[in-house]
Amino acid sequence: MQTITYREALNQALDEEMERDDTVFLMGEEVAEYDGAYKVSKGLLEKFGDRRVVDSPIAELGFAGLGVGAAMGGLRPVIEFMTFNFSILALDQVINSAAKTFYMTGGQIPVPMVFRGPTGAALQLSAQHSQACETWYVHAPGIKLVTPGTPADAKGLLKAAIRDNDPVAFMEGELLYNVKGEVPDVDDGDFVIPLGKADVKREGSDVSIITHGKMVHVALQAAKKLEKDGVDAEVLDLRSLRPLDVEAILATVHKTNRVVYLEEGWPYAGIGAQIAATIQEEAFDYLDAPILRVTQADVPMPYAKNLEQMAKPDADRVVRACNRVLYRNGSAD
Amino acid sequence: MTDTSTMSREAGKGDESMAGLEGFEKDQLKGFLKEMLLYRRFEEKAEEAYAIGKIGGFCHLHIGQEAVALGFIGPLRQDDYVITAYRDHTQALAKGVDPNGVMAELYGRDSGSARGKGGSMHIFDVEKGFMGGHGIVGAQVPLAAGLGFAIKYREEDRVCVCFMGDAAVNQGAFHEALNMAAIWKLPVLFVVENNEYGMGTAFSRVSALPVKERAAGLGVPAHHVNAQDILATWTLVEELLEKIRAGEGPQYVDARTYRFKGHSMSDPVSGTYRSKDEVESKVKQEDPISLLRDRLFDAEFLTEDELEEMDREVRAVVDEAAEFAEEAPFPAREELYNHVYSEVNEHGRLFFDGRDREGED
Repeated sequence: MQTITYREALNQALDEEMERDDTVFLMGEEVAEYDGAYKVSKGLLEKFGDRRVVDSPIAELGFAGLGVGAAMGGLRPVIEFMTFNFSILALDQVINSAAKTFYMTGGQIPVPMVFRGPTGAALQLSAQHSQACETWYVHAPGIKLVTPGTPADAKGLLKAAIRDNDPVAFMEGELLYNVKGEVPDVDDGDFVIPLGKADVKREGSDVSIITHGKMVHVALQAAKKLEKDGVDAEVLDLRSLRPLDVEAILATVHKTNRVVYLEEGWPYAGIGAQIAATIQEEAFDYLDAPILRVTQADVPMPYAKNLEQMAKPDADRVVRACNRVLYRNGSAD
Repeated sequence: MTDTSTMSREAGKGDESMAGLEGFEKDQLKGFLKEMLLYRRFEEKAEEAYAIGKIGGFCHLHIGQEAVALGFIGPLRQDDYVITAYRDHTQALAKGVDPNGVMAELYGRDSGSARGKGGSMHIFDVEKGFMGGHGIVGAQVPLAAGLGFAIKYREEDRVCVCFMGDAAVNQGAFHEALNMAAIWKLPVLFVVENNEYGMGTAFSRVSALPVKERAAGLGVPAHHVNAQDILATWTLVEELLEKIRAGEGPQYVDARTYRFKGHSMSDPVSGTYRSKDEVESKVKQEDPISLLRDRLFDAEFLTEDELEEMDREVRAVVDEAAEFAEEAPFPAREELYNHVYSEVNEHGRLFFDGRDREGED
């Protein structure tokens, strides 16, 4: 095992996949000469040259569309959005071109590509730079969506996403890039995590906190707090939102009978709404309490530090939600 | 597409009647006429089928613009790419897509070129390099840049021709894509089918500069051509393809044409946005097929009998396509979920409508 940052894990995944397959190239703003806005692509220009590591103009719609066209032409583009916030400009190409082309062509033209970059909030970046964009992507059939929360997941899932034959949105987190974790050594062979497999990040028996992406860390903090209070919480990290590991969701519901969904985005038609619908359709009789969701406040992200803190989901809010589904008054209240 | 086997320039022709025909062979010219006649008859058949409910949805006819399809696609090689917007039937035919497959697609049948899943606006045939058929104005322009990028990346000797309507040049996607094509010298020929109207809005009412000038600020060499004149168009395109194949990067053409029918089958031919007189005068004076026919008559390259025979032949192709479409099966039930994803992962669920768990409905 090596202990590396989430950023380094992504870098290794890109490096290894570009080494393995000449049709893989990286394009986006600042990915080449600047080494990436978040340094994820550090050193790749030097190693692979400007044919395969390409600085784009600031034109999200244009270079996202170019990526789709290149995939239609047989390449495997990795399109980096400096953040998914800026990808809203590109959504026409994502939804109308990337997601639909295989279907509209009657199966003639697959679109094997990855859209990647950070999603969600960092610190005091305010309304236009702090959005969780998962729902916009996962809503459209034809797209796959992956949200790794740890360095190992980042590496293994990015490699799988690049190899997948469909368009995959790969959502990272600005606040995750410096997070360290154990990742299998490069010499130990090809480390790939298949899409569609959730991961139990903490075993527990009293309540299930289901989540994805960087909220995994908030869920684990909450579980630690609950543990002090005698509550044994399970943390299920979905990792892929489409394909979705429904089996793992049902297994944790069967085990604890109580669910809190934690996500960074807004509640309305959010990821938790879908998960709650799936659980009530398929495990209604196993529920001992309504499913609660902990989300961002239903407002644009404010700038002021105190307001931002109030708007973001945090461990205390998760603890309170867990206590509510357990019908108990926890010490965090 | 055209038979160029014999060179037969008849002696004794007056210089005037030959004007503009130089450089083309007689049989090639007759081939052009027959090809455009096929497009015309195909669209007329589609119009007929739409009127009796055989074709649904939106159906945009290319009648009046046939020389654009032939002029820009005819000079291509089989492995060159063509990508276009939703007025795509004749461009597909020009690229060699089977008329039966195109008609069956319009009819929404499983034998259609996109298995009945695309329809009129989304004709695709990857074997023929026909990359669609795109429904959002201007959205195919970045895709064309991407196809060009892939060609260059793999050092292939191919070109991508990208059609768009005049209205597309006001979309951001157009500007973003042309800029990238220019900086990376991508092998793309951008063609604006300038029929003067974006649906019912005259281009000049919503654009400060004419079509030809819109590429100048992006560093893509711009040209214009009377695209009702197949020969002028063909000649220009051959010249531009040579430049592109030589690695000079993208080119841009303002191809001036005119739509003889409404924007789609749901729209009137004329009305508040353009007068009946305007349309009638264009149809009378600028029909690309009549223009070529008359030149061939004048040069005595064509007789009335030959023209009639030609028309009989293309009508037979179109009738057969309609019959084929009529008899082709509708897509099977399981096709609903087929081709949403090209890779169904071993783990996890991809569809969330619950139908996989409710059995036959």
